[in-house]
Order: sequence, then C-alpha cells, then structure tokens
Amino acid sequence: MSDSDRGGGGRGSALRLEGIAKTFSDGTVALEGLDLDVRTGEFLSILGPSGCGKSTALRLIAGLAEPTSGTVHRPAANPAAASEPDRPGDVRAGDVRAGDVGFVFQDPTLMPWATVFDNVRLPLRLIGANGPAARHRVEEALAMVGLADFARAHPRRLSGGMRMRVSIARALVTRPRLLLMDEPFAALDEITRFRLNDDLLALWRERRFTTVFVTHSVYESVYLSERIAVMTARPGRIARQIVIDPDAPRDAEFRLSHGFAEHCRGVSRALQAAMEERR
Amino acid sequence: MTRTVRRIAPPAVLALVLLVFWEAMVRLNGTPEYILPGPLSIGRTLWSDWPVLWPSLLVTLQITFLALLVAVLGGGGLAVLFALSPTVERALFPFAVVLQVTPVVAVAPLILIYVENTLVAVVLVAWIVAFFPVLSNSVLGLNSVDHNLRDLFALYGAGRWRTLRLLRIPAAMPFFMAGLRIAGGLALIGAVVAEYVAGTAGSGTGLAWRILEAGYRLQIPRMFAALLLLALTGIFVFLLFSAISHLVLRRWHESALPPER
Repeated sequence: MSDSDRGGGGRGSALRLEGIAKTFSDGTVALEGLDLDVRTGEFLSILGPSGCGKSTALRLIAGLAEPTSGTVHRPAANPAAASEPDRPGDVRAGDVRAGDVGFVFQDPTLMPWATVFDNVRLPLRLIGANGPAARHRVEEALAMVGLADFARAHPRRLSGGMRMRVSIARALVTRPRLLLMDEPFAALDEITRFRLNDDLLALWRERRFTTVFVTHSVYESVYLSERIAVMTARPGRIARQIVIDPDAPRDAEFRLSHGFAEHCRGVSRALQAAMEERR
Repeated sequence: MTRTVRRIAPPAVLALVLLVFWEAMVRLNGTPEYILPGPLSIGRTLWSDWPVLWPSLLVTLQITFLALLVAVLGGGGLAVLFALSPTVERALFPFAVVLQVTPVVAVAPLILIYVENTLVAVVLVAWIVAFFPVLSNSVLGLNSVDHNLRDLFALYGAGRWRTLRLLRIPAAMPFFMAGLRIAGGLALIGAVVAEYVAGTAGSGTGLAWRILEAGYRLQIPRMFAALLLLALTGIFVFLLFSAISHLVLRRWHESALPPER
C-alpha cells in the first residue's frame, strides 16, 4: 500500500472542533464547550457514559448535524488535499467531500434486500463511481474484512460479527481519510469483539485512516487507541485526554500486560472524575 | 409431501362432509330448487350455464384488474409524491381518507350518473375501494426507513431521488405488497358493488349482475353458481398476489422466509 505511512510522520491536524455546543429543539443541551483536535492518521477514542453526547459529537463531525455554535474543521474542507494523486486505483468521485468520511454505526445498518456485495458497493454508487474499478474496490474491501466468499449472500444469513464486518467494509470502500465509529462492537459478544478489535487495528495500521472511535468501554478504548478523550456527563465536553503508550504492540499479550492494567486504571479514574464533574 | 397433505386434508375433508350433509338434507326434505338447491344441482348449473357465466366472469375480472392497476399506479404514485413532499401529503391525505370512509355504495350511483362511460364509472368505483390500502401502506413503508441508513445516504451526498430509488422504495416493498393483497380483495368487492349499482347499464354483464338477474328470475342454482365463481375469483386474486409478494420478498424479508431450524 503506497499510502501506508501517509500522515504517520507529519501528523497535521485532520479534524478540529472548536467551542462546539449543540442544543436540540426540545431544549436538551447535548454538548457545550467541546474542543477536540485530531491529528492525521491518529486513532482517537471518545470515551464517556451513555447519553453524554458522544454520538452527537460524531454526527457533527460527519456533517450529519450542524452545531448550535462553534466550528467543525473537517479534512474535506480542504479540496486540494482530497484530490491528491497518491490515492491508488483512483475512482472519479462526483463530489470531493463525499466518500472522504466513513461511518460505522452501532448497528450494522445494512440494507436487508441487497446482497453483501451491493451493500458494500452502495457508497461508491452514491458518489457516482461505477464500472470495473468500483467492482474491484468492493472485492478488495470484502477481502479486507475476510468476507470475499460471502459477496452473494444476503445480510440475514450472516452472524452479528460478520454483519459488522460488512459495515466496516462499506465504510472503507471509498478509502476515506476519516473513519468514524459509533460504538460499533457494543452489541457483540466478547470473543467476536476482541477479534474485530484486532482486525480493525490491522486495517488501521495498513491504511492509516484517521479514526475517531466512540465507546463506553474503558478496556476497548485502551486497547485500540493512541489517545483517549474522556467526556463529561451531559452537557458533554472533553474532560481529559490520555495518551496510551503508542509503541506497545496491540495483541493478546498487551491485554494481559501490567501496562494495560495501569492504563485501564488511569482511564477509569479519569472517567469517574469526569462523570462527577457537574456544571 | 406429507406436510402438504396434512395441511390440505383437514379443510378438504370438512368441506366434503358439509357438502354431503347439504346434499342429503336437500334430498331427504325434498327442498325445491328455488328455495335451496343442492351442491350437485349447483355443479350441474355451473356446467350448463358456463356459456353465460364465463363471459360474465371475464367482465368482472377485467373490472377488478383494471381497478387494481389504477389503484397500484395511483396509490403507489401518490405515496411517492407524499414521500417527496410533506406539504402535498398534508394537503391531500385528508381527502384520501374522506374517499375511503364514505361508503362506496352510496357514492356509486352519483358516479354512474356523472361519468358517461359505464366501464370507466365501474372501474372508478372499484378503484375508490381498492386504492386506499395501497396508498396508506406505501406511505407507511416509505417513511419507515432506518434512520441510520438515511444518514448513510446523506453522508455520501445522495439526493432525494436516489434515496427514494435505492433506499425508500425497496424498504417500502413489504408494506406495499401487504397493501396490494388487501387491495386485490377489495377491488373485487368494489367491482361487485359497481355492477350491482350499474345494473343493465353495464356495457358487459359481470357476475354480480348475473346474480341479480338470476334472483329476479328465481334461478337460484345459477345464483349459487355465480356466487361460487366470485368466491373462487377472490381466492385466485388473493393467491396470485401472495405469490407475487413471495417472489418479490423471498430473498430477504422475514415474512417470506421459512423459520430457521
């Protein structure tokens, strides 16, 4: 992969949230004073209790909702970067912005009437990429998540873990620079979750897409991320940011290591403190 | 194989027992045909009056399917329009409800007066009865799309038409199909009502008119024969649309899939 180390050294800002506030029409203040800077190629987890506005923050980043105040600087706001020539197997996109952000929801969110192949192809269709290049991309994405043999199957035939893999393949098929994940593995059993954690990390190491991963699991956030942003209870903002030993190999050993336990303790304490912070 | 037999045998046996009982009662009591004909007599009439009944059946079928076709196009089209524009929906939906709740028997004479072409009038009456389930089910289906999937379409910049074509219409298919199955039965009822009201003014003479006519002439076995044909038509329409629904949904929708072992 020619772009495997893209952003690995440079680490420019991929995404910046400044003074974000979000108030819903029913008066609920979901976010207030949220600042966050995500560097290119970084794996960042947003950790917080249920209902703290994590998902709302992610939707704002994706552009699916507008903040009440504050600004979201997205990578796609820079069209020059989006059309840089080093993206291999270039598929002409009608819109510069479309396809630059991948989103994985808490549920697999697949179209039950379409095959696995067609589900993964959807983003390419929507941004106007068709033909053999697009087909190749879909096959590549399916191979990436280990589902090449299930292209013709309908989602119903797949297990929960496999459906989530399809969902990840769909998010990655456009080769986004930014991958947003909203508690994607929360509904899966632990064994499947561990495996998907490892697979996700492998993909991230290979592709180096900037990842913002929302979770309520301390262990998951420590295992996956380079950095964890801990959110307060609603109205949510970032209470603390914790850097996790970036050089530690993420494998079964790491899960059992003393360092992992230390990190988990620290993050748990930070989360506890953040939840008690009331304004 | 045995499962099919086990499913079909009980109702078949019951029907046979009832028919034998019916025939026996009529014979033992010597009931005259103009009061209650036995099943055998009805069967004979069906055979002997076939040249009269068959063309009538075709007329009724024609009205039913024309009404259904317009109901599908009109109901489905209107539903899509509603889905694209909530304003249009707010403006038109109350009228659709009014059309639905007004007893069609009461409206039919007026329609027959004002619409010159009887076939058009009759189809119109049948359509009024049949279109509402298609419309309301389709609207429900088009609006019951997973919100995350909608977000996904928005994320990739899909416009209204694309979202409609690739997401909302496929998602609405199970609802539409359920509406269609109901509409099939209702279209037949509408056709019968329209024929009753239209009477001899009808261009062709459908089965419903044959029933009225036979009633005036005290040809009771023919009434039963025509009634039997109507019932069979209703079953045929229902099975036809169940089959279509199954074909469309079989690969993905729960309703069309066998339960897992």
